[in-house]
Amino acid sequence: MTTNHILTVENLTTRFQTPDGEVEAVNNVNFHIDPGETLGVVGESGSGKTQIFLSLMGLLAKNGSSSGSVRYKDTEILNLPARELNKIRGVSMSMIFQDPMTSLNPYLKISKQMTEVLVEHRGMSEAEALKRAIAMLDRVGIPGAAQRVHMYPHEFSGGMRQRVMIAMALLCDPEVLIADEPTTALDVTVQAQILDLLRDLQKDFNTATVMITHDLGVVAGLCDRVMVMYGGRVVETGSVRDIYYDSHHPYTEGLLKSMPRIDHANEENLFAIPGQPPNLQNLPTGCAYQERCGYVMERCSKERPPLKAFDQDRASACFREDGQ
Amino acid sequence: MLSYAIRRLLVAIPTLFIVITVAFFMMRIAPGGPFDQERALPPEIEKNIKAAYDLDKPLIEQYAIYIGKLFQGDFGPSIKIRDFSVAELIMAGAPASMQLGLTAIAIALVFGVGFGTYAALRQNSAVDFAVMGIAMIGIAIPNFVMAPLLSLVFGLYLSILPTAGWGDGEIQYKILPIIALALPQIAYIARLTRGSMVEVLHSNYIRTARAKGLREKLVVNRHAIKGALLPVVSYLGPATAAVMTGSVVIESIFGVPGIGTYFIKAALNRDYPLVMGVVIVYAVMIIMLNFLVDMVYGLLDPKLKSN
Amino acid sequence: MMNKSEKTAMLEAAGAPVEIEGRSLWRDARIRLFRNKAAVGSMIILGIITLLAVFAPLLSPYAYDQIDWGYIQEGPNWENGHIFGTDGNGRDLFIRVLYGARVSLAVGLLATSVSLVIGVTYGAVAGFFGGKIDNIMMRFVDVLYSLPFMFFVIMLMVVFGRNIFLIFVALGAVEWLTMARIVRGQTLSLRRREFIEAAHATGVSNFKIIFRHIIPNVLGPVIVYMTLTIPQVILTESFLSFLGLGVQEPLTSWGVLISEGAKVIEASTWMLIYPAVFLALTLFCFNFIGDGLRDALDPKDR
Repeated sequence: MTTNHILTVENLTTRFQTPDGEVEAVNNVNFHIDPGETLGVVGESGSGKTQIFLSLMGLLAKNGSSSGSVRYKDTEILNLPARELNKIRGVSMSMIFQDPMTSLNPYLKISKQMTEVLVEHRGMSEAEALKRAIAMLDRVGIPGAAQRVHMYPHEFSGGMRQRVMIAMALLCDPEVLIADEPTTALDVTVQAQILDLLRDLQKDFNTATVMITHDLGVVAGLCDRVMVMYGGRVVETGSVRDIYYDSHHPYTEGLLKSMPRIDHANEENLFAIPGQPPNLQNLPTGCAYQERCGYVMERCSKERPPLKAFDQDRASACFREDGQ
Repeated sequence: MLSYAIRRLLVAIPTLFIVITVAFFMMRIAPGGPFDQERALPPEIEKNIKAAYDLDKPLIEQYAIYIGKLFQGDFGPSIKIRDFSVAELIMAGAPASMQLGLTAIAIALVFGVGFGTYAALRQNSAVDFAVMGIAMIGIAIPNFVMAPLLSLVFGLYLSILPTAGWGDGEIQYKILPIIALALPQIAYIARLTRGSMVEVLHSNYIRTARAKGLREKLVVNRHAIKGALLPVVSYLGPATAAVMTGSVVIESIFGVPGIGTYFIKAALNRDYPLVMGVVIVYAVMIIMLNFLVDMVYGLLDPKLKSN
Repeated sequence: MMNKSEKTAMLEAAGAPVEIEGRSLWRDARIRLFRNKAAVGSMIILGIITLLAVFAPLLSPYAYDQIDWGYIQEGPNWENGHIFGTDGNGRDLFIRVLYGARVSLAVGLLATSVSLVIGVTYGAVAGFFGGKIDNIMMRFVDVLYSLPFMFFVIMLMVVFGRNIFLIFVALGAVEWLTMARIVRGQTLSLRRREFIEAAHATGVSNFKIIFRHIIPNVLGPVIVYMTLTIPQVILTESFLSFLGLGVQEPLTSWGVLISEGAKVIEASTWMLIYPAVFLALTLFCFNFIGDGLRDALDPKDR
């Protein structure tokens, strides 16, 4: 059966074997991405948001393993051997990471790090590949691209390095771009520039984009749909407007409330969700959010609320849905 | 790069002078040495010493003359081996020592990096533990224990190589000494490479390389190797020093006519000029080598190259 | 203005976080260490060797310089009590190996202690003061580091004779460099922590800060390095003794015994094997314990 989703994830579970036992970083996650859309994946550190995508890109640490199904178009790609996965990685699906300082190879020139993608995947000659690389660097806003391309990463600033990474990821015109907190390690002003760039590129290249972040502000400016994660599970999904103006899950509510707002500056104290993020090795029975939830009921400590759709493309994992 | 080079020179040059000065003063305070008035030496040697050391001049002048002579390669006469100057003795022993030393380092690099990379790519597997375990043995067993054992096994029990001696310099006499010299370094370099490679393979930029869909071979050979090998390059300096130190004992055990053998004999005979001469020569070689290694490192690490 | 008791109380409060942290760090480390089978095994073996060395005279009917005229250079024989055989002079090898253990262990511990004292003080001072002082001090270490120390030690032995105390000092003086570097690195990072500022603020002298606050926190890497230095020193001493430049007759060490054994390796293999096994075993054990300590105090994904 053909589908028009470009990425379909079903029952994805990722476990890690640690000396202190097994940890489920991702627990039964289901979602899909359509061509050209931008999906925001929001959660705290440890919510599993990054591990989902490391799993499907085959980049998990050695002590991790995944089960479930991940389909890129109609091809099953979860746990594919590296040789097969390499035909998709960097070509149809690209990923950029959080820390541009350490994500580029300090010992190789930018030119090499970029041309190799084209040489490997498109069989281009070095000269051709270099031309394309320079054009792409230009496109992402690197001044003097033709000279800069022959430099080493340490000669670039943080923001510029991230632009380089974006350029590198888009060289083969992928259909999916996964951006793992691309602006977290950057200055605020640079953050805005990078987000603008991403928005711009999205329009031109029509790449489906996944924006992994803990910052709801980022999501607002960039995404079409949002998926909120907590304790390794999806707790709410919806369009960006729905999530903002009509959030259902208590955690989403909490996240929204804790965003400092300039127009409320003199009115109230900053809100922070009480409590701590859950310890994945020691999750409570029932809902993972129960200890911090303002709406907690008796049922929450006995059963785990499943992710239930309550409207077209809207779902929330909370027992309040039953009551409402 | 230039400022880095200058900084390393600023370390190398004082080191050189410290060595030379220490040797100078050691000679003069050594009891029973050429400067000890009570010691009676055979008249020919006494004559040589008087001629070589200008004992009546003031200390500063002696020092200046000493430095001058060093730069011309004149280390003075041996006080135990008649008719030979220290320089001549060192030159006589140099070829053998150089052959053994250089070959040992080359072998150590090739096999050490090879084994280390092999183990790193199979981290925590049985192969990894086996290779690292054997390397541990190579490090913990001293070369003066390993050498006689090698001699015993290959020379006596298996009879495929001579137990000792140099013959006319044929290759079979060189094999065991070279292996004995190389083994501890193979072990060190293997462990170093493995550790460094493992660390690099866990780094973020390797994750990026894989995310780009590159073949594993490319990831390792193009992306991982450079970063992983930098510590090995740094280690070349101490490695050579270790091989030099080891050669002293290996040459003795296998009867190799090299600088090491002369050094030991000189030490046991209290032939001070020869002892000093060898120490200075070795120190100079190590200092120059460390400087060279530093330069190579500077060229390989982009952060230093462009600065 | 605070009086003395208030100052002391504040210092203790400032120092307290270190202690609490310290206790659980050590406890955690100890658990990890004892989980490491190789390290535990090594500690047991070392313990046995130490006991053998300490109680040596009680363990053999022979004295270490006693010549058995009827049993010269003969192999192991349980009946006449020469369980490792005898050497070329008819002296019992077992007791000589144990006395060699005494020398090797003593040299190892004492020389390492010398290097410890010099290295830790030097490194702590350099790291603590930072800036120009640190620069000059470390430059000096750099200079010394590139020298081939074995040759200098040999030179010292040749010039001043083979005194066992000289050996301690010479070997200790050789090993302090890396210790100084490690301590200086740790000190530099500790210097910026708050409890040091607190101590400064209450007027504790620099000297006291170094000794009472910095040094206890540097202890971890220092202990690891010490455990790894001891086998280096023992190895160096054996090397020297092997060449004939180490301890003097009638004192013996493993290096001397191995040297004697190497000369007659075909005829009397036992003379080489026993001291060599003891030496190798001891070096192994210290290395495993050192590695174990390093992993225990700073576990990384190996």
